[in-house]
Amino acid sequence: MNPTEITTHISSAANILNIDKWDYGASFSNDYSVQVDKGTAKQLKASQKQVITLRVWNKDNLVGITTTSDLSETGIKKALRQANIASEFGNKNEITDFSPLAKDPIQIKEVDKKNPLGIKKLLKILREAESRLINSHEAIKSIPYNGLSESFYERIYANSDGAFRNYSKSQAAIYLYARAEEKDKKPRSSGSVKLGYGVEDIDIESCIKEAAKKTIAHLDYSSIKTGKYLVCLSPEAFLTLMNAFSSIFNARSIIDGVSLSNKNSIGELISIPALNIYDDGLNDQNISSAPFDGEGTPTKKLSLINKGKLENFIHSESTAKIFNTKPTGHAGLGSKVSVSPDWLVIEKSNECSDLNTYLVHTNYQGDFVYIEELNAIHAGVKASQGSFSLPFEGWLYRNGEKRSIESATVAGDIKYLLKNIINIENEKELTTSGISPHVWINELSITGDE
Amino acid sequence: MVSASIKSSEIRFGECNKKLLEEVIFYGISLGADFVEIFIENSDNSSVLAEEDFITNVCPSFNKGAGIRIFKDKRDGFVSTNDLSKHGLMRSISQAIEMLDISKKTNKLIFNGLEKLKDYSESKIDWLNKVPTINEVSEKLLLSTKSLKKDKKVVVRKGSYARNWQEVIIASSDGTYATDIRLHQTVGLNIIANDAQYRSNGSRRFGSHGIPNEFRLWDHEKASNEVYESSMNMLYADYVQAGQMPVVLANKFGGVIFHEACGHLLETTQIERGTTPFSNKLNKKIAHESVTAIDEGISEGSFGSLSIDDEGMEPEKSILIKDGILKKFLSDRAGELRTGHKRTGSGRRQNYSFAAASRMRNTYIAKGEFTKEELINSISDGLYCKSMGGGSVGATGQFNFAVEEGYLIKNGKLTKPVKGATLIGDAKEVMPKISMCGNDLELAPGFCGSVSGSVNVTVGQPHIKVDSITVGGR
Repeated sequence: MNPTEITTHISSAANILNIDKWDYGASFSNDYSVQVDKGTAKQLKASQKQVITLRVWNKDNLVGITTTSDLSETGIKKALRQANIASEFGNKNEITDFSPLAKDPIQIKEVDKKNPLGIKKLLKILREAESRLINSHEAIKSIPYNGLSESFYERIYANSDGAFRNYSKSQAAIYLYARAEEKDKKPRSSGSVKLGYGVEDIDIESCIKEAAKKTIAHLDYSSIKTGKYLVCLSPEAFLTLMNAFSSIFNARSIIDGVSLSNKNSIGELISIPALNIYDDGLNDQNISSAPFDGEGTPTKKLSLINKGKLENFIHSESTAKIFNTKPTGHAGLGSKVSVSPDWLVIEKSNECSDLNTYLVHTNYQGDFVYIEELNAIHAGVKASQGSFSLPFEGWLYRNGEKRSIESATVAGDIKYLLKNIINIENEKELTTSGISPHVWINELSITGDE
Repeated sequence: MVSASIKSSEIRFGECNKKLLEEVIFYGISLGADFVEIFIENSDNSSVLAEEDFITNVCPSFNKGAGIRIFKDKRDGFVSTNDLSKHGLMRSISQAIEMLDISKKTNKLIFNGLEKLKDYSESKIDWLNKVPTINEVSEKLLLSTKSLKKDKKVVVRKGSYARNWQEVIIASSDGTYATDIRLHQTVGLNIIANDAQYRSNGSRRFGSHGIPNEFRLWDHEKASNEVYESSMNMLYADYVQAGQMPVVLANKFGGVIFHEACGHLLETTQIERGTTPFSNKLNKKIAHESVTAIDEGISEGSFGSLSIDDEGMEPEKSILIKDGILKKFLSDRAGELRTGHKRTGSGRRQNYSFAAASRMRNTYIAKGEFTKEELINSISDGLYCKSMGGGSVGATGQFNFAVEEGYLIKNGKLTKPVKGATLIGDAKEVMPKISMCGNDLELAPGFCGSVSGSVNVTVGQPHIKVDSITVGGR
């Protein structure tokens, strides 16, 4: 079935069941992926998926929802009936409606949709990449985590008020995580991930080089003494933290009482004035961009922190109504609609005269800890309390020399961190989760083995 | 359970599909596959969320699909699809054959047809009708969130329920032909307490398998008291000071550390990847002699129990470590093929869209002889980890776990609560340091995410003492 046919089927079934108001989001995908183990195909995988999430409004204007992969006439009717039953339990205190922007124009990025390369070609490319990475250094014994995938998908949103929008995309990804071992030393592991619209777009060469460089660099490690350190966060690490604490900007989290912000926080100075943060899902460099959210609201660029002050929250239709504003294109379809950021862009504002601009990670000669990658975010972040305690991969710099840190965690408080930024470097870097420069923090607690 | 719309050339749940499945398997074998496995699933799930004094989310979902796996030598190709017609299944077979680049129509095995159906679902047909209705669930969840309203400091109260009903058909070219019904129910409570600049969380999760009435019997008052007390105890807690120290880990969910830090390293998928330090340690000492560890899928009602695994094998009780000696790895079909370790009924997957892999079920450290008090009394300066949060294990075996509720131990006694503690180490170094095991083994349900998706498990242990571990803090 094509998107128009599905909409017609739902509309007809809803008529039969006397359901006047409904909307749906659907996703259809074909995915192909390969993994290898020392030149041998380890697992080859293909999947064809279809899933539809249907919402219906009952006579009391309460919403019910159902998700199904059964798009037969019977399946759609069953889903509508179940959603109708669920609507009896709809939230009377927070009435959800169609997004008022669900018919506004959307921007679909002009990118070439790629054709599938097929499993055999994926396998050949990944085998070569694995072999080159293993041969890049004698200490690299295996690439235990590796994969190359391509995905072709279509997303649809439509409602009974006549809104209808869809887009289709292709996306590809490679990840290579190497394991290196040397005699009398603990094994070390690091890696790299690269995305593209198709496998042809992926810079596989840089993925191999980056994975090799990071893994080998960590072979010469030493433990670090527990204490407080000057810390430089890599673009990836700073973005990881900001995404983990994105409930600060999230209207849904504020209403639910799990955010550090409240309804009156707009305009509050939450970081040093030199910091700007945007959410920019449509950024040209965001491979995963979507032109509309789960409620059909167009995606747009939104300033979250401007010169250190909270400028906007991200919203769904219902949170926007409560805050007396418009939805921002960050909703996920559900009977309780979720809200989440798309793609963060972090930069230095023009109020940056107080920054210690001599702190540049490539040439600063003093002592500091460089945090390359933060791990175990799901376990070590307490977003509702603002605290974090996270293992990391990184280096201790002393007198211009760097040495990999064996095993350590960094702990702190996000409010303290944002107010204790002492430099934001000029150069911004593209990562898989956004764009950011290196960010320096005055003092953070590091726990090591000493 | 039976979809009326399915045509005759499609899989029908609740009916005999033997002929159709044999045709599909024979097709794969005739094209040169060494082994063909078909996993077909029909699921009916629902979840309910109560926030404060209102139901804010009711979400049913229904899914059907098939996962088809083909082996050629030691390689495998896996295809998943929502198309359960004969044509759809055949197309998936062709796709898997093409993926594996099988051109020679020679294979090691001959397909002699499927065995007589092993029907593990017979006594479970009415489970879906016996589970609580959304009305019942809503009422009880609202009672539980109401009973969390004990203090003005409690600013967020949540209760959540999820029911996962799954009907499976498993058929493979070694003759395996089985069907089963699984029913998992889980309920969780969460609160946030707040007083001026102080904030704390409290949470507990409960779960069962194969007991439709379990939620009705759940003692929500007891559960909410536990969550409330935990949150209040931690509200004004100071941050723990980092360092090396002895710790006592509580029973029940304290077992998550063994699960994550050691259990995963005893799965054959880790041997295949070369990421376990224990691959050549069979029958060698890897832990303190006080440690015996077990993984099984047979404890009645436990969240990780199964009648059959997702490859059609009945689960066994696997003694992984006996008195500190490594005795067994957890293995699935691919694990047996690639590592030589016999299958243990541990082939598990989240759903049809994942290939099965060797995964834990109910995993625990066996009880010892000491009381909890004896463990604590043996420490002059250390940490008692009463409640553990989540954690992770890296590719080199290093683990990191958050302590949700911790207390300092001074001179053999529990003293003040502390927050922000993280336990850091690696299994190879920590296992020999588990020097005392308590006599109070208990299990707790959880979800384990890994190569074949998220599966239901239980973790468990008695109280245990670790002589020294790195505690991250401030």
